[in-house]
Amino acid sequence: MDTSTHSPSQAPSAATPSVSLGNGESRISRAKDKVKLKAESVDVFYGDTQAIKSIDLDIFENEVLAFIGPSGCGKSTFLRCLNRMNDTIDICRVEGRITLDGKDIYAPERDVVLLRAQVGIVFQKPNPFPKSIYENIAYGPRLHGLAKRKAELDDIVESSLRRAGLWEEVKDRLDKPGTGLSGGQQQRLCIARTVAVSPDVILMDEPCSALDPIATAKVEQLIDELSESYTIVMVTHNMQQAARVADRTAFFHMGDLVEVDSTDNIFTNPQDQRTHDYITGRFG
Amino acid sequence: MSNLALIAMLLMLMALAYHLGLTRSRAVASHRDVRLHSRPGYYGTLVALWCGLPAFALFLLWSLFAAQLVDTLVVQQLPVDLVASLSDRELQTLMRRIAALADGRGVAGGGSPEELAAAAHMARLETIGQLSLAAVTAVVAVVGLVFARRRISPHWQARNHVERVITIALGASSAIAIFTTIGIVLSMLGEALRFFSFIHPADFFFGTVWNPRFSSAGAGAQGQFGLLPLLWGTLMVSVIALLVAIPVGLMTAIYMAEYASPWLRSVAKPIIEILAGIPTIVYGFFALTVIGPFLSMLGDLVGINIRTTSAMTAGIAMGIMIIPFVSSLSDDIITQVPKSLRDGALGLGATKSETIRQVVLPAALPGIVGAFLLAASRAIGETMIVVLAAGNNPVLHANPFEAVSTITVTIVNQLTGDMDFASPQSLVAFALGLTLFVITLGLNVIALVVVRKYRQQYE
Amino acid sequence: MTLSIEQRREHRLTTIEKSLARRHRKENGFRRLGLAAVLAGLTLVTILFASILTKGIPAFWQATLYTEIHFDPEVIDLPPAPVREAGETPYAFNERHTQWMTQVGLVNWQSLIDASLERALGEEVEPRQLRDLRALVASGERYALRDRFIADPSLLGDTVTIKMLAGADVDVWVKGNIDRDLPDARQQLSPQSRAWIDVLQDEDVLRQSFSTALFVNTDSRSSLASAGLAGAFMGSLFMMLVVIALSVPIGVSSAIYLEEFAPKNRLTDLIEININNLAAVPSIVFGLLGASIFIGYLGLPISAPLVGGLVLTLMTLPTIIIATRASLRSIPPSIRQAALGIGASRVQTVFHHVLPLALPGILTGSILGVAQALGETAPLLLIGMNAFVANVPGTPLEQSTALPVQIYLWQGNELRNFFEARTSAAIIVLLGLMLSLNALAIWLRKKFETRW
Repeated sequence: MDTSTHSPSQAPSAATPSVSLGNGESRISRAKDKVKLKAESVDVFYGDTQAIKSIDLDIFENEVLAFIGPSGCGKSTFLRCLNRMNDTIDICRVEGRITLDGKDIYAPERDVVLLRAQVGIVFQKPNPFPKSIYENIAYGPRLHGLAKRKAELDDIVESSLRRAGLWEEVKDRLDKPGTGLSGGQQQRLCIARTVAVSPDVILMDEPCSALDPIATAKVEQLIDELSESYTIVMVTHNMQQAARVADRTAFFHMGDLVEVDSTDNIFTNPQDQRTHDYITGRFG
Repeated sequence: MSNLALIAMLLMLMALAYHLGLTRSRAVASHRDVRLHSRPGYYGTLVALWCGLPAFALFLLWSLFAAQLVDTLVVQQLPVDLVASLSDRELQTLMRRIAALADGRGVAGGGSPEELAAAAHMARLETIGQLSLAAVTAVVAVVGLVFARRRISPHWQARNHVERVITIALGASSAIAIFTTIGIVLSMLGEALRFFSFIHPADFFFGTVWNPRFSSAGAGAQGQFGLLPLLWGTLMVSVIALLVAIPVGLMTAIYMAEYASPWLRSVAKPIIEILAGIPTIVYGFFALTVIGPFLSMLGDLVGINIRTTSAMTAGIAMGIMIIPFVSSLSDDIITQVPKSLRDGALGLGATKSETIRQVVLPAALPGIVGAFLLAASRAIGETMIVVLAAGNNPVLHANPFEAVSTITVTIVNQLTGDMDFASPQSLVAFALGLTLFVITLGLNVIALVVVRKYRQQYE
Repeated sequence: MTLSIEQRREHRLTTIEKSLARRHRKENGFRRLGLAAVLAGLTLVTILFASILTKGIPAFWQATLYTEIHFDPEVIDLPPAPVREAGETPYAFNERHTQWMTQVGLVNWQSLIDASLERALGEEVEPRQLRDLRALVASGERYALRDRFIADPSLLGDTVTIKMLAGADVDVWVKGNIDRDLPDARQQLSPQSRAWIDVLQDEDVLRQSFSTALFVNTDSRSSLASAGLAGAFMGSLFMMLVVIALSVPIGVSSAIYLEEFAPKNRLTDLIEININNLAAVPSIVFGLLGASIFIGYLGLPISAPLVGGLVLTLMTLPTIIIATRASLRSIPPSIRQAALGIGASRVQTVFHHVLPLALPGILTGSILGVAQALGETAPLLLIGMNAFVANVPGTPLEQSTALPVQIYLWQGNELRNFFEARTSAAIIVLLGLMLSLNALAIWLRKKFETRW
């Protein structure tokens, strides 16, 4: 994959639509074959307050889609709906329809365990378990019984760590606690932990907000690499980041999905005034 | 009564001092047209303190030592041969009779001439003492008042002085906790050492037979004071209690923290916590009248003979008592495990129970172990349940359905009734108490350190 | 890497699907286990309260005789009560009064009761059956009769209906707490007594009546039916007064010092660990401290509520200190900064601003500490408060017992089928007091609860 096309200098500046279109189109056309996740008029309520208002959105296979918007706009809430992490919040209620490969994920017969094995999630703050690095990665495969033998498990651990670009850094201390790693390493460990289950979709909730710029760059590079084989949906508060890594970008505002388009279009030729105000820094 | 009158007089003097300090400071402020360092109230308080504190200190000292002083003086005045012919105990009785005569209560038969003379002497001494005490405290109070009132000036930092006194008083209060511990250690150490002058420590700590006999049996009939049967009984009951309390308490905590609806939580939690507020004597009674007979009945069904009072009966009752202790401590600790860890496991597709067992509990383990240690310390030190329901049978055996005896039961047995602090039969209670204190102290300190470390980990 | 991503995903889906049923069974099992634990806890509370209530509530009513007593002048042959004369020493008066009281005591009060029962039964009782007759009435009632007469000598010659407690065995029999089919040899009452009970019940002379004795009498060993809680209640009350008067001011002061003034150094760290440890020291150790220091060394009186109160004070202090510190800590620092910022000293800040805000928490913690002290038994046994005391103590220095200790003494009484109920009744009284204290604490917390 050609990562150089996503250099930050290109993204938010006032380039003409025609120039940027070519770039974005190429990636979208590659990704656009198949709808992976589909949201149809989704509403989310916390108690009596409505956090998400009737959102319709298609997410395509193997694309990187970024959610941006001011804090409290509902982008994280919506992200967590996609693998039903909101189930853990008692007062949260989801209405509407979200389908994965055409099947409703909120259907009563749908098993949330299976869903989350298909749609993994990486959180804002790195949250490695207080166990060894090896056990952190092995946890998911063990949980789901994915490895019959120790060798198989070793293999999964190694390949996942390699995928997360962490193998070289930790291969000599797999039995050391995961909490002893640096923040950026911890976050990549969490990504490797998610990858170890081989999900179809990886959700990332502001994965770099707790990291320094160097660690952020590494994680962004990793996202780029992962997008070859995974569908990635990420929330970010950082517009440059969206511009650097995302194929498409969705702008949320006060519970509404204002617009979604190729990243270049969003940053150079937004259709909605609110999007325009946000990306030019009037608010947020 | 005259002591009360004296206290009333001092309080009145202090009130007067406050008023004088107040007016004086106001006068100073207005006359010289300068700003006082502090508000007038502080000057008043300070003058009152100067007036009252030394006088009260004097009064306290006098109360502590006066009775002894008077007694000594009275004894000196008694005929020498009379005093010499009396034993300590008889002398005490005589002094009590004299005191009764002196304060007008009288004694049966009216008292001998010597007694009446001594009583008159005592009454005189006491009157003199009271009067001189009143005079001296009054003088001290007035001197303090005058001295302090004279010092009132705009530069005198009255507020700082008052606040210093307050801070010192507060600090002194917190020292009481330290003195309590020192008191516990010293008193038990002292008496235990006296016990070890009768019984060799090795015979106590490693003895396998507990048979103290009675102190009245005479010096020749010295009993055997082996700690091990008691320690064993204590352990047996505590282990049974923990086997009851830990699973139920921990599972309750997990269910309450992770599964229960807010409604169930709000109803069930206080109800279970009621168990924590019930006095232990009630658990003892419950064990004796409900658990014991119930176990006995069960035993009859299976065809084994279970005694009503046994290690099992006491252990189960104690377990019930500790359930809320374990559950509320564990609940606190489980809810402290950050939500992000739970989310991490759930996000990988773990079920709730897998998350709890494989991620939450291991993360909470140090804290939970600390809670268990505190529960164990509580079980080991529990008294009334075992006094009532364990059967008091200080013999080494391994059958939990047999009666046992524990350290605490034995302390109660040896120290109730006659309180003669000279025989090993009562002194052993302090050696046992010291053992108990050291064991629980060890458990508590380890538990507190573990829990504290755990708290810091997630702060 | 032998498998491609797609293969892995396929493999993964089928594997997970196969194990799902098992995992969900485990999940449900775990959840049920938790629910079972909660239910077990709730059930235990229910059983505990049910057993105590079912045993104890009947004991609030007691078999009582309502008979007509004739204050027969032939039996009560007494001079008028002595009056203190001017110039008489208290001692001399005491002497005279004692003499008179001895005469009063020599009156055969029991014969008045015997006569009234004979009238109620409508038959002459032979002297050899007198024992059976006297078994019907609590033996303490003759002294009650005596005291009644002393209080009102004008009763002489009158016939009055008087409420008298039936004997403890009678109460047991009437309530059916003993198997009526047991052979005579194992019955507590003779066949004659039991027959009379039936007659008296038919005539409604013997009936259940609310037991005021339980509340106004002290413990009794000779007249078990009239044993009451008054002495123990006063003892507990005195102890609680001592505890409140000492532990609350000292506890709150030391908490204020540790939380607001103490420098953070080794010493305060030590005090902190020490307080946490004291909170977990077994209560019986405090009893040993009391026995050795307060009684052995300082020579304070044995069995006195003052000593009990002191011991319980030391025991309660850590609870109050910890609760107060928690309450002080929950006051946000912004309040302190605001007060300090406008020039208040630290003492003024604490006493004018922080303490009033922390008061509800302090109050709640103190009440809970006092409630805990109220139920404590073990340390009191070691300072002699398990002695039998027949008087209501008038001062904290007199011999006394306490409510939980009274429960301990009663449960050990040999007349099990009477005292099991009596003990449960005493437990109900104690729990009632403790739960009201707790309810008060909860109410205070709810009323003044502030969220920052």
